[in-house]
Amino acid sequence: MKLKLPQFNMFKKKSSFARRFTRSKIGNFFYCAFLVGGGLFSTLPLIYSVVTSFKPIDELLIFPPRFFVQRPTIANYLALPDLLSNLQVPLSRYIANSLLIATLTTFLYIITSSMAAFVLAKGKFKGRKTFFWAIQMALMFNSYTLSIPAYLIYAKLHMIDTYWIYILPHLASTMGVFLMKQYMEGAVPDALLEAAKIDGAGYWRVFWSIVMPTVKPMWLTLMLFGFRDIWNISPNNTIFTEQLKTLPMITPQISAGGTARAGSAMAMTVIMMIPPIMVYMISQSNVMQAMTSAGIKE
Amino acid sequence: MAKKTASQKLRRKDSFLEQFPLVIMLLPFFLFFCLFTLIPILSSIGLSFTSYDLLSTPKLIGIDNYERMFVADEVFGIVVKNTLVFAIIAGPCGFLLAFVLAWFVNEFSPAVRTVLSFMFYTPSLVGGALLIWKVLFSGEAYGYLNSMLLSIGVITEPIVWLKTPAYLMPIIIMVQLWQSMGVSFLSNISGLQNIADDLYEAGAIDGIRSRWQELRFITLPQMKNMLLFSAVMQIQSSFSVSGIAIELAGFPSTQYAVDTIVSHMTDMAAVRFEYGYASAIAVVLFIMMAGTRMLIGKVLSLIGK
Repeated sequence: MKLKLPQFNMFKKKSSFARRFTRSKIGNFFYCAFLVGGGLFSTLPLIYSVVTSFKPIDELLIFPPRFFVQRPTIANYLALPDLLSNLQVPLSRYIANSLLIATLTTFLYIITSSMAAFVLAKGKFKGRKTFFWAIQMALMFNSYTLSIPAYLIYAKLHMIDTYWIYILPHLASTMGVFLMKQYMEGAVPDALLEAAKIDGAGYWRVFWSIVMPTVKPMWLTLMLFGFRDIWNISPNNTIFTEQLKTLPMITPQISAGGTARAGSAMAMTVIMMIPPIMVYMISQSNVMQAMTSAGIKE
Repeated sequence: MAKKTASQKLRRKDSFLEQFPLVIMLLPFFLFFCLFTLIPILSSIGLSFTSYDLLSTPKLIGIDNYERMFVADEVFGIVVKNTLVFAIIAGPCGFLLAFVLAWFVNEFSPAVRTVLSFMFYTPSLVGGALLIWKVLFSGEAYGYLNSMLLSIGVITEPIVWLKTPAYLMPIIIMVQLWQSMGVSFLSNISGLQNIADDLYEAGAIDGIRSRWQELRFITLPQMKNMLLFSAVMQIQSSFSVSGIAIELAGFPSTQYAVDTIVSHMTDMAAVRFEYGYASAIAVVLFIMMAGTRMLIGKVLSLIGK
């Protein structure tokens, strides 16, 4: 047995297309410089948030301002439990609500979007194209003026002030279906479905054991988009019971403290960013794995 | 062709009972879509022909709202112009950037790719971190940009970045690009990874000699679906710039420099309670966006021809 040490390769392995056409050295330099520069620019706000959350109060108000923290402190984080101690219900309730709603809704979002996308991409019946057109057009209508008619519908369905107000409206989000349908058309070959059909598999079977595994990279990506949106949601004027509120609805309480609480507000922002980042990590590391093991050949 | 006739044969064999699972699969989304998206849109279109202040019942006034928009509303022309500037600059730039970055990043090994795509996706994850732009462009001498420029002597007194019309538009476009690219970028990455290496190998045998040819004859045609998606997302975000602009430049901004159709509409609905008029503005915006969508569809259908 030969022990194979893991090798670090910056680019894809040789057999793939990337290395077939080589770039000039200058080209390569600009290429990497562009990516590193762009990457740093994108990451700047994240770094700024984290760095600021560790600044003591005098450094927050220092002149001239410094980007990086000189004497880091975790006081901003330690102050959080105290700042959130005057809540009507324990903090754990908000955390539990947030986690429950975000996971459940993301799960349902992936399922309903994928099912609808499958029907739209591979089903064959009249009205399919019209419905898909309606979905795309709905994306073009600014959601702002929809809030009043939507509110009336929520009220009619007795959804106001229940958990449903977080979950159901999100399942109507058209982006997921649109994205998934676009992807399925390319990723799931018709031949595969027909083969399964000839083998006697019904649509349910085809969907769960062929389509969903094939489009795994995309539903993992959808999981990420869904979770991020739902995690940050704070419905206006539809939740009144304190027991049903989520974390984003109590964070303004901290930033209301003004400059003196700016550090703690930033600390809370950083904490709120952790779950979406974790979901990102889980999702994308699995996407990479799914990509290397995907091997459907026509 | 042969494939198509085979599937047509199969379609004919499908009885209603076999098709039934498809109906069940579509049903949940169909239901929620109609209830929470379609019906509100239709009623919003209906309300655009009324005068409605949220308290009394809507009064039917025909096309008065539309007439007012194009004839009497002086600000409307300005906000349409601003919106178009955003859409024409931020839209295509965001679209190209999301594709080019994904195309570049895709060349790296999985480990490097994960790190790079995380870096480019963070703006979408961090969401509320608009604060840094406020600090960066702060008008006092201790704003980051001002203090930096002052210390190296480029300027002698602080510039009020977010109150000067000439700087406002570029700043907002930059922040908008930075924030709206994530979704298109990640979906492009998934799309690129889905292109089988065999295709590139076959292309090389067929005489493809450079990266550019590879891009034009293999990558772009294979990415058509994802490109349409990201184009639609860019139309959606670049025509609806408003939150960022209001946050950074205030509302109304100096000389209406970065007020958009959406911020005008928000103002009408939330501040002046002219809900019917706001709905009419939404309808006009929708027509502009839908028109752009059709145009883009035509352009994208040229790819690979």
